[in-house]
Formats: sequence, structure tokens, C-alpha cells
Amino acid sequence: MSQINRIAGGQIDRAQSLKFSFDGKSFEGHPGDTLASALLANGVRLMGRGFKYHRPRGPLTAGSEEPNALVELRSGARQEPNTRATTTELFDGLDARSQNRWPSLAFDAMAVNDRLSRFLAAGFYYKTFMWPKAFWEKLYEPIIRRAAGLGSLTGQPDPDEYDKGFLHTDLLIIGAGPAGLAAALTAGRAGAQVILADEEFAFGGRLNSETYAVGDGSGSDWAAKAVAELADLPNVRLMIRTTVIGAFDHGIYGALERVSDHLATPKPGKPRQILWRIYSKRCLLCAGATERPIAFENNDRPGIMLAGALRSYANRWAALPGKTIAVFTNNDNGLRTATDLIAKGVNIAAVIDCRNETPDVSGTEVFRGAQVIDTAGRLGLASVTVQLSNGQQKTIACDALGVSGGWNPNVHLTCHQRGRPKWDEALAAFVPDGCPPGMSVAGAAMGRLSTAGALSSGATAAVTALADIGIPAQAVDLPPAEDAPINLKPFWHVQHGAGRAWLDQQNDVTVKDVKLSHQEGYRSVEHLKRYTTLGMATDQGKTSNLGGLAIMAELTGKSIPETGTTIYRPPYTPVPIAAFAGRSAGKHFRPTRLTPSHKWATEQGAVFVEVGMWLRAQWFPKPGETHWRQSVDREVLATRKSVGICDVTTLGKIDVQGTDAAEFLNRVYANAFGKLAVGKVRYGLMLREDGMVMDDGTTARLAEDHFITTTTTANAVGVYRHMEFCRQCLWPDLDVQIISTTEAWAQFSVAGPNARKLLQKIVDAEHDISNEAFPYMACGEITVCGGLRARLFRISFSGELAYEIAVPTRYGDGLIRALVEAGKEFDAVVYGTEALGVMRIEKGHAAGNELNGTTSALNLGMGAMVSKKKDSIGSTLSEREGMNQEDALMLVGFRPVDPSQSFAAGSHFINKNAVANAQNDQGYMTSVAYSPNLGHTIGLGLLKNGGARKGEILRAVNPLKNIEIDVEVVSAHFVDPEGERLRA
Amino acid sequence: MPEHRLTALSPLGGDAPKVDSFEVFTICENPDLALASLASRVGKGAAFAKAAKKHFGFEMPEPGKTAQKSPYAAIWVGPEQWLIEAPFSDHEDIAVELKHAFDDSASVTEQTDGWARFDVEGPVTGAVFERLCALNVGGMASNSASRTAIEHLGCIVICREAGIRYSVLCPRSGAASLHHALITAAKSAV
Repeated sequence: MSQINRIAGGQIDRAQSLKFSFDGKSFEGHPGDTLASALLANGVRLMGRGFKYHRPRGPLTAGSEEPNALVELRSGARQEPNTRATTTELFDGLDARSQNRWPSLAFDAMAVNDRLSRFLAAGFYYKTFMWPKAFWEKLYEPIIRRAAGLGSLTGQPDPDEYDKGFLHTDLLIIGAGPAGLAAALTAGRAGAQVILADEEFAFGGRLNSETYAVGDGSGSDWAAKAVAELADLPNVRLMIRTTVIGAFDHGIYGALERVSDHLATPKPGKPRQILWRIYSKRCLLCAGATERPIAFENNDRPGIMLAGALRSYANRWAALPGKTIAVFTNNDNGLRTATDLIAKGVNIAAVIDCRNETPDVSGTEVFRGAQVIDTAGRLGLASVTVQLSNGQQKTIACDALGVSGGWNPNVHLTCHQRGRPKWDEALAAFVPDGCPPGMSVAGAAMGRLSTAGALSSGATAAVTALADIGIPAQAVDLPPAEDAPINLKPFWHVQHGAGRAWLDQQNDVTVKDVKLSHQEGYRSVEHLKRYTTLGMATDQGKTSNLGGLAIMAELTGKSIPETGTTIYRPPYTPVPIAAFAGRSAGKHFRPTRLTPSHKWATEQGAVFVEVGMWLRAQWFPKPGETHWRQSVDREVLATRKSVGICDVTTLGKIDVQGTDAAEFLNRVYANAFGKLAVGKVRYGLMLREDGMVMDDGTTARLAEDHFITTTTTANAVGVYRHMEFCRQCLWPDLDVQIISTTEAWAQFSVAGPNARKLLQKIVDAEHDISNEAFPYMACGEITVCGGLRARLFRISFSGELAYEIAVPTRYGDGLIRALVEAGKEFDAVVYGTEALGVMRIEKGHAAGNELNGTTSALNLGMGAMVSKKKDSIGSTLSEREGMNQEDALMLVGFRPVDPSQSFAAGSHFINKNAVANAQNDQGYMTSVAYSPNLGHTIGLGLLKNGGARKGEILRAVNPLKNIEIDVEVVSAHFVDPEGERLRA
Repeated sequence: MPEHRLTALSPLGGDAPKVDSFEVFTICENPDLALASLASRVGKGAAFAKAAKKHFGFEMPEPGKTAQKSPYAAIWVGPEQWLIEAPFSDHEDIAVELKHAFDDSASVTEQTDGWARFDVEGPVTGAVFERLCALNVGGMASNSASRTAIEHLGCIVICREAGIRYSVLCPRSGAASLHHALITAAKSAV
């Protein structure tokens, strides 16, 4: 298990050894390694297979821009696909597998695609899989599905926890390279609240990968000293392993902190990752620059990587991708790979420089005006073919090649709000052109590529940003550092050769594909992207976008700036969906609201149903009952026979007070409330502006200036919001104050012939609730159980003699127990929402199914309730001709002609002898229940001109199940149609 | 108050309030405060202010602030609207009491059981709240309050003592969900 390509030096801890496995084979590495650096050190260059052609691939980079070295990390439920080996911190016991190959990385049968490349070029799927049509569903699609996708999911639930977090700060500094560190020192010493975030597991950026001196020591030493000082400042928050993923509106930045990904497992109770929302007054983007390659034939072999990445592996990780290394460059920065490696005693086979004026490099041969035109080595680079300036070709044996085409400033976050960068001719790169409000840029991200340039621009930018928010600061003293220009000559691709030169290695897009796209007529860079899929993989084309559009510019005869870039969007690097969910997962996806009787109901073994966020008891099964109908039928019969109790706390309650409270209610309700007497309740119908019914409820008048309005459960929040809007915005001159009291009062309905008798055992004797003293639709403030304040409303949803009784919520549990105890002598039942629903359908009350947003008061048989004596919301538009036709839908009742049959809500009504189609549609069934009182199914529904069609026989048609039932049109009021029981 | 027969449950459904202790952080369910909404009526500003000074002994606080003088505290919750706190044991009838004091200068509504209250204390409260809500709790001054959303629940966070003691009020029916969020954030951050 020797690390054959490990060299001396680096920022790894050789005192500790870490064991890891890749594709089932065991290896050793050290703390400070990434998976990629450890594999390279162990002589492993082959780490993946290309997406389409399954060509052998190794790491192109040493960072988050990596297109090739994607692995499945971990196994079991914590397995994650498409993890970049170049950014995965090595830990003891790490287990990873390569992706996209079968049966193995070394021998991948799917590489046959590479031989079929002529047929698999960009956009091939627009021209294939079309014939014969019948083959699509059974043959082509399954095949494509199996072949497509990168990596696999286990299908097991994610066992890790994720947090959301919120931070507030003066200055967010994105990137802790030389620019970011200089800025953080400046801002930190000035006393500002600072957050310094870096995606890496070590601060320092390129300082950790280059051998330039900074002051008297190395770049990484300076970085470590800076970090030590920052860590001691209480006003500075260092966020390591934290990628700022996007710049959002109003100075809000998203950041993903990888808290536990570098550990074998997260500590108990601790999150795997945190998705932070950072509210920052100012932001300084010091995100550095990403190197770009040059495209040439077969430029994708394992061992070919960016020259800067080669330096990183050698200098920071003491690992090499090979023993004989060549360099291909168009700028001075690329030469440093040769000089750094030579200084370490590494064999540099050649420097191939497309420029003509390159200086000598002691220790190796420099070929000026030369280009790499081809390479060889199936599972890893073995040699390169070079075209010299005199036209001759030369083959150079090497097992690694560092390529440098220049550096692209990481402008991404400056463009997240639809910005575009501008072209810098001298750099031959895009640089920021304006930023989202509050953001500025420093260092390589703005094109200051030298160390000295990064340091000074970082410090200066921090001073400016802080001055903007009134914090005086002084740029810190900076150590001397290199300031050399890179002398770049733009060079995008080698024109020589008929073979494929790779641009986007993750999506397998070549120079030929770009040319094909142009040939097919795609001229916009956005079309180029989508037709070829260049830049659409998980690396977002970080190493390929510019190469692609440079070639497109050549083809169209436009300049690169004229061609422009595609839109930059967050996230900067992939974010697990679970991180966006945070704690809102599974049972905790949203809050649960529990009613005051929940504890008691649970003790009874109630079956619960979700009603919005509430849990409500649906029915209360008794021992021996095996089917829900048994429970529900029993609850309904028992209530109508004697007395039933139901928790109705969830219905909205809004306290409305003020000298203009009555006037306010007159305007929000369609019917009249101005003259409602104190001590009385009235049913209220609320319309939308467009005249459709929005909600209904009851409003009780407790005093001249004090009302309690109720709403349906579903619309409680919506109606309250609507009333606040009316109060604050429509009629701010009215003296009215409202507040929700849904939560504050536990409320129970007590219904049935013995309801009064039961309540008389609970209500204190001094409150007379006889029929004379407390008639139908009365209300009042009373006391119960020896002096507890309560409210009583004589209203009925079931059609029985009924009341609703309310006490402060903390006593709700006590009250239901008291009611149950007192109800024993009456064989009282507690009923749930199912029985509630059956009884209101039996009575013919409209509820949510009827108040579906498309029905008017007229449709519900309440047209006369819309008062024309006063204006109210919706009144005018409810008069529209189209809503008042003679054949308007009307709410009526339905029963099956054959009582043994049942029907479904949603069925449509068709005349007896008409064809069942949309033209002949007479209306639809809204609510259906089995009525234990009548012994058959009953329904409510909306029928054209329904009021005049009682007795008619129609068909209730359910086309989804091909069922038709003969139904008779009847009154919607199946039980107690005269309302005698109500007024008992 | 007359001695009625019904016993009370805490918002979390217990006979006694729940207390959760972490090393440097505690969460205490606190049902021992009576609450009422107090909203000044139109055109009655002067009478309202006078009644407030007389009954509470302080001026009503500005937006984002609280005011207190035992046994009362007032929390600004909206234009011309405050939430009044007082110990439950002596002020269970707080709504009646305040209506009497303010008469027709204000609308008074009992809110005692509209809210569940959790008192949180410890030097790491800032770190815990960072996992809970967008409100800059760490930046709150003592005696300030603000609405915010915690795990989709509309809450009020009150800073009693900056950096150390806070109260979180949430809709009573969601108490278990908020409690779960507090515990989870504490385990995660502390």
C-alpha cells in the first residue's frame, strides 16, 4: 500500500495515517489530503468515465470546478452521488466508488459508445428514437433511462439532519485567499461585524498552492497567521467549509456550511450541513479565478490536468499525477508548474508554449511557438504529440501534462441578479461589470491576478465598503509579494487534427459539437448551451464555457464580448435538496396544531385527520368496531337521538370591536349586521370582490361595540387577513379593532334533543338557558363549573337543538371531561369530523365543498341574503348578468332511485336520455354521505335551475370509473326540513 | 376569582409546565402570565394615554419595544396595539380589569390562552436563535420585541435581557411544534 507518487513537503500531516477505499481497494493517505490527492499519491489517475462516451477520465482540477472525478461517497442511506473527489476531505474509513461504468472503471463495456461517437454527437436525440413510433414507450425510453443520469441514489431516506440558519453582519467576505484575508484583517481591526467564508477546508486560497514568498515566509504561513488573528477577534466570524452559493435580493446571501461531511458520521444531534441566509449590509467578493484549459485532440486522458492544479497537488498535497511531466501553456503562470516541480526534483519532459518569446526554463526543454496536437494512452496519458514552430511533429513520452490557457475571474455572484460581465482584452477574460447592490469585488475575481494585487485590492475594497456604511477603517499594512503580469497570448483550441477535442468533459461536449451546433443554425450562446449541453452539468461549465463561446465567436465572425456569456444562476456549486428543506422534513414538514381536546381524544383512541395544519378527531372507534362506518353511523344516530359533543375550536374566531364595528361588518358581509341585537347571533355570508362566495360563518353581538365573527376552519387565516386589509387599507377611518381569538378559546358544539339538559349541568345556575331565556340564535357571556368565564352561542350546524360553548383554552381539556361525565346520564357521545359532516349534509348546510370559489350566493340558494340596502364587498359584481341566468346552478339534494346504490361527489348530472358529454352537463355533485337516519346515500349538488326540478330523475355520471346512477332531485334538507328541532 | 371545578393544562398538555435544560441553556414553558390585547380607539388617543399612565405607571412603548413596571408589561405588536402581560395568579381576569381601566378609549381582548410562552435563558441564546429565525435576535436590545416566523409559526420574540433572557410566544395550538424546534436548535447549536 505504498504512496508511489507522494513527494516531500505539502500541508499534510504525515504523522497520522488515514485508511480509505476506492472501488473496493484499500489505500492510505493523511489528514489534509483530498480523496483526489490521496488517490494520485497512491498512483491512481483513473477516477471516472465520461458521461456519454465512457472514456477513461482523471481529475482535471484540484477544486470545486472539477468535471471528471465524480464519485459515489459513502454507502447505505448516506450514499451521495456526484461527489467531487477533488474537494472531498479525506477521513479515516472513507469509502468511495467510481460512477458511470460497468462492470468496472478499468473495463467499461459502455465505452462502445466511444466507437459510435459519429452517431452520438450533440443533439443526436433530436434526430433519433422517432421511428417506429410504437418503439418509444416500450424500448427506447427504458433504454435511455438506464443509460442516462450520473451516479445513483439508494432510495433510502436520508438519516442526516440539516439546519437552516440566519446571520446578520456588516461585511460578508466571500473567499479567504489573499484578497479576502487582507480585507478581513482590515475590516476586523476596524471593529466591523465580519463574516469570512470559504468553500475550502483551509483558508488561504492560492496561497496554499503557490511557492511565492509573501513577506519573509511562504504564502500559507502568512495565511495561517492572518487566520489566527481573525479567530481571536470577537467581531469576526470565520466560516470554513462554507460555500456562498448565491447573491439574492436585498443583500441576502445563501451559504452552505458543510459541518460534518469531513467526519465519518455527524455527532449526535448535530446537523450534517447548515444552509445559512446571511443578511449583510455590504459584501466583498474575493472568489479568485479558475484556470481554463486549451482544447486539443484527445485532451481528456487521465493525467492531463490544469497546470495550476498540478502545482496544487505538488505544493499543497505533495502528490503527483505522474513521474514524467510536461507543460502546455499560453502564459507565464503555466511555466511556474515546470519551475516548481523542477525545484522538487521532478522530471519535466518539456514545456510546450504557443508563444514565441518564452524565456528559457532551466532544467527542461522549451518548445516555443508549439502546440500539443494529440495524445496517447487509453487508461492514462502515455505521450503527447507536439507540432513545433517549424511544422515538424515530435512525440514526447510523459504520464502527466499540465495545461494552462489562462485564468477566468470567478464573476458568478456578481451576475446572479441578471448581470453580465464585461470582456477585458488584456486578460482575455470576462471581469465583473457592475454588481448587485451592496457588493464589490477584489483580487483575482476582478482580474487582479498577482498576489500583491490581490492583497492590496482586498484591503482597499474593505475600507471602501465599510466607509459606505459609516465605519471608518484603515487598510492594513501588507507584506511585499509578487506582482508579475502573466503575459498571456489568447489561445483557445488547436486547429490541427480531425479527432475530438474536449471542451466540457462532464457532459462530453467537443469542439466538433460546437461547430455542429453552429452548422445547424444555432447562433445565440444560450442556444449553443442547450443544444450541445455545454455548461449544463454539475460543474456548470466552469472550465469549458469560455472555450465554447470563443469557438462560437470564431465561427460567427463576432468578437467574444459580442457573443457574450449565458446567464449565471445560483447555486454556485450543488446543494443537497435536504439542505433546502432543513428541519422541515417528514413529520415536521409543517407545524401541527393540536386542539384543546387532543389529549383526551388520544386517550379515547380517536382516529385523527389532518385539516390544514390541525389534527382533528375524525371518529372515535369503540371496542368491537372494525369499520369506520360503524363508528360514524353510531355517532350520528346517538347525537340525533340524545346528545353529541364535538370539538369545534378550529373554526376561526375573530374578535371585532370599536364604535364602527357594526358598520365594518356590514361592509364585509353581504347580509345586514347593523341592527343585530346585543345577545344575538346571525349567519353571515362573505363575498369576494368578484361576487363569489368567499366564506361563511356566524357573528355574535356581545355588546354594542363588540362582536365575535366565526369562519370556516380552512379560511380562518384568509378571512382574518382579508378583514385586516379592509380595516387598514380600504376603510382606515373606521373605528374598528380586530384580533384573532381562534387559539384563545376552546369551543365545543353540544347538539341533540338533550343538549340543553346536558348544558344545564355545566352552566352555572344563575344563567338561565331555558328556551325562553336563551332562544335559537341567542348568545351571551356566562360562567360554568362554579364560576369559570365562558361564552355560549345557540347555533346549529347539525340541525338539532344545539349550542357552542367556549372556555379559555387551558380549560378545554377540563371542560370536555366535565361534559362527558355530565353526559353519561344521557348516553352522550363525542363525535368527530365525519359525523359532523354527515349531519350537516343531512341538514343541507353548505360547507367547503359548496363554497368552492366558483359559487355565488344565488347558486347556494342565498341570493336574497345579499342586501341591496347597503353596499358590501362583492355586492355589485354579484349582479353581473352572467351570474344571474335563469338556468343558473342551484344547490339541491339528491338521493339514489335505488336506495341500495351509492354515488360519488364529483359526479356530473346528465338528463335521463341525453348523451353524457360536456355540452349536456347539468351540474355536479358537491357532497355525499351515507345517512344512517335515512338508511341510504344522500348528496348535495349544484344543478342547472335546480330549484324548479324537484322530483326529476337524472343520471349521476362518473366517467372516471364508468359508473352511472339514477338519482332523484330532492330538497337539500333531508332531516328536519321545517327546523322544528332547532328551535326546541 | 371564584374557585371553579376545572383544572388547567399547560400548552404542551402537561399538568405542570415543561422545563428542558441543556448545559448552558434552558427552555421553560411558562403558562403563568395572563395576556390581553389592548388597542386604542380612533380619536381617543389622549384618554388612552392618560389611562395607560394611570393604570400601568408607564407610557405605552414605541414599535419594537416593551415597557414594564410590576405587575404589568406592555409589548408593542401593531399600530396603536399592545399585548399586556401580568401574572396569571392575580390577573386571570385581565381583560375585564383593563376594560374597566380604559373604558371606551380602547378595545380589550383576552389573549391569555391564545399564546404559548417559552422562556429561554443562557449565554448561548444568540447561537440557538440563529438556527430558528431571520430576526436578528443577537442584535436586540433589552426590553425590545418583534414578530418573526419560527419553523412556519408566527411568533413574537421578546428580549428581556440582551444576550441572556428571552421569551418566545407562539400560537398555543402549535406549542408542541415550537417546542420541538427549540429543543432541536438547542441540541444542534449548543
